[in-house]
Amino acid sequence: MNETPLPNSFRSGPDEDGRFGIFGGRFVAETLMPLILELQEEWDRAKTDPEFQKELAHLGTHYIGRPSPLYFAERLTEHLGGAKIYFKREELNHTGSHKINNCIGQILLAKRMGKTRIIAETGAGQHGVASATVAARFGLPCVVYMGATDVERQAPNVFRMKLLGAEVKSVTAGNGTLKDAMNEALRDWVTNVDDTYYLIGTAAGPHPYPEMVRDFQAVIGQETREQILAAEGRLPDLIIAAVGGGSNAIGIFHPFLDDKDVQLVGVEAGGHGLEGDEHCASITAGSPGVLHGNRTYLLQDHDGQILEGHSISAGLDYPGIGPEHSWLHSIGRVEYTPIMDNEALEAFQLLTRVEGIIPALEPSHAIAEVIKRAPKMGKDQIIVMNLSGRGDKDIFTVGKILGMGL
Amino acid sequence: MTARMDKKFAELKAAGRPALVTYFMGGDPDYETSLEIMKALPASGADVIELGAPFSDPMADGPAIQLAGQRSLKGGHSLAKTLQMARDFRKGDDTTPIVIMGYYNPIYVYGVDRFLDEALEAGIDGLIIVDLPAEMDDELCIPARSRDINFIRLTTPTTDAKRLPKVLDNTSGFVYYVSMTGITGSALPDTTKIADAVNRIKASTDLPVCVGFGVKTAEHARLIGASADGVVVGTAIVNQVATSLDKDGQATADTVQSVATFVRGLATGVRSARLVAAE
Repeated sequence: MNETPLPNSFRSGPDEDGRFGIFGGRFVAETLMPLILELQEEWDRAKTDPEFQKELAHLGTHYIGRPSPLYFAERLTEHLGGAKIYFKREELNHTGSHKINNCIGQILLAKRMGKTRIIAETGAGQHGVASATVAARFGLPCVVYMGATDVERQAPNVFRMKLLGAEVKSVTAGNGTLKDAMNEALRDWVTNVDDTYYLIGTAAGPHPYPEMVRDFQAVIGQETREQILAAEGRLPDLIIAAVGGGSNAIGIFHPFLDDKDVQLVGVEAGGHGLEGDEHCASITAGSPGVLHGNRTYLLQDHDGQILEGHSISAGLDYPGIGPEHSWLHSIGRVEYTPIMDNEALEAFQLLTRVEGIIPALEPSHAIAEVIKRAPKMGKDQIIVMNLSGRGDKDIFTVGKILGMGL
Repeated sequence: MTARMDKKFAELKAAGRPALVTYFMGGDPDYETSLEIMKALPASGADVIELGAPFSDPMADGPAIQLAGQRSLKGGHSLAKTLQMARDFRKGDDTTPIVIMGYYNPIYVYGVDRFLDEALEAGIDGLIIVDLPAEMDDELCIPARSRDINFIRLTTPTTDAKRLPKVLDNTSGFVYYVSMTGITGSALPDTTKIADAVNRIKASTDLPVCVGFGVKTAEHARLIGASADGVVVGTAIVNQVATSLDKDGQATADTVQSVATFVRGLATGVRSARLVAAE
């Protein structure tokens, strides 16, 4: 068998066509192709422009509140009785999640390109809130597409977006979740090509989005690296992050991809279990396909029709995953594993009580994996988990499930 | 097969009129009705058939075609059945070119080689795959061309002079000019702008140039057909199907007939296009 040899570095992708192995690419309608090429040119210029990097860093410090702390979760460590557990506190960022890192970067790019209107898709509403926030900060009108189901289950974030001056458009097609919102955002973009910038929230979509979003989120991993070296004098044994589209995970993983001794685990939404269609475990239970501009692992039927996933967490409720994750899975650098709704819910409650931190339901999946692994590891070993968002937006969903009326 | 398409456009050129290219969604609302619609298209004056292959996430289509795709999939349609429909149609018609129009994923999952072999055998003459731009030609375009199946590319108002040669390269059969930046079923823009764009494309290629997106009436067909080599009508036909269905979304006695009547009107439009242009 002819196996492709592993690259010298896992951090060199994508290639000039936007490919990570067979994954990624630019599968878009011709109308969008010139826009994507224009975006790529601007991004290539911006990433090596010291002025752009300076402005990005300035806003990171003074607007987002970076660096986010790397926190030693002493009580959870004690409770689980195994490896030392650290949290990368992305939930402390302005707007409450890692999403703002990418939004600040992209809106600076939109401004450079002279675009005057921002559109975005959102699932849990975290990216929608972050987009509405940066649009307000830079004085640009913003339209956020959100599935009707998500509008209902993430009402506080819908209100936030409206307060910030964004127009929230409820999408009723399909199941009314993130996939449908993304279709509708693409339709808007294809119609308003001249003035509109599409601010994609995850490390997916046509090239250069997966690379660009990753690079804006890689600040998480870069800081983690410095912080853990300062705290422990060495790199962690294990890094765990939740994966929907996969932007928080690729952000913390990427700076560690070439550190072979650092084990990387991405946690997918197992929903009600992998047997039926009630989950969003694209890698664990899906197959390669083409959707939303890239080739990647998808939940689909034998005819290539995309399935509606399910997750308790709206932010993980997407039937695909960023193409770099598909590649990292295919070459075995990152392990992907599912966590069920009920396990995430238990982890949510445990963290709340043991550490006094209410996590979002998305990173609650990563916490559940920490709970499984930490007790089996030695006390001298170190886990870092990306605590990518805070749970204020989820208290209504959790309250409903736990039978506590709010 | 490329010969059927080339022959058709040569005949139309000799006759001095533009082609009427009609899109319908395969399997909408069910296989049998849809096959009857397909057969009725050439009988009503259509010259080229675009056979829509349904996809769960049609990013470039408006609500009408999206809903048609959902009806089709709900009725159990699939890419395999799309090919079967072409085979069944070919039993009674070996001259009308058939172009499959859809999205890449169902073909990718079916297997590109398997799909192309079966498509050729089923009598498919061309493919329009919305989410495969020129940059992705290795995926399907090159393999299709090597098997004598046309790969028809969309050019759009955003395809500038610099990009046009790249888009036309490897295109065959005809060039499909998308009249607007937008999704299928939107309003038709200024027809003089469309004529300018068509002439710009024609200066760069010998292929016929057909115009679609937003063409809804015989009058639109007539106006666009004055400059274009063909007029593509899709959403308006799909709407004829939709409005003929009963409250449960099932076909009625009117379904095939309403499409046929509508297409006859469009056929009158394209047949009077050049008469007006010559005035």
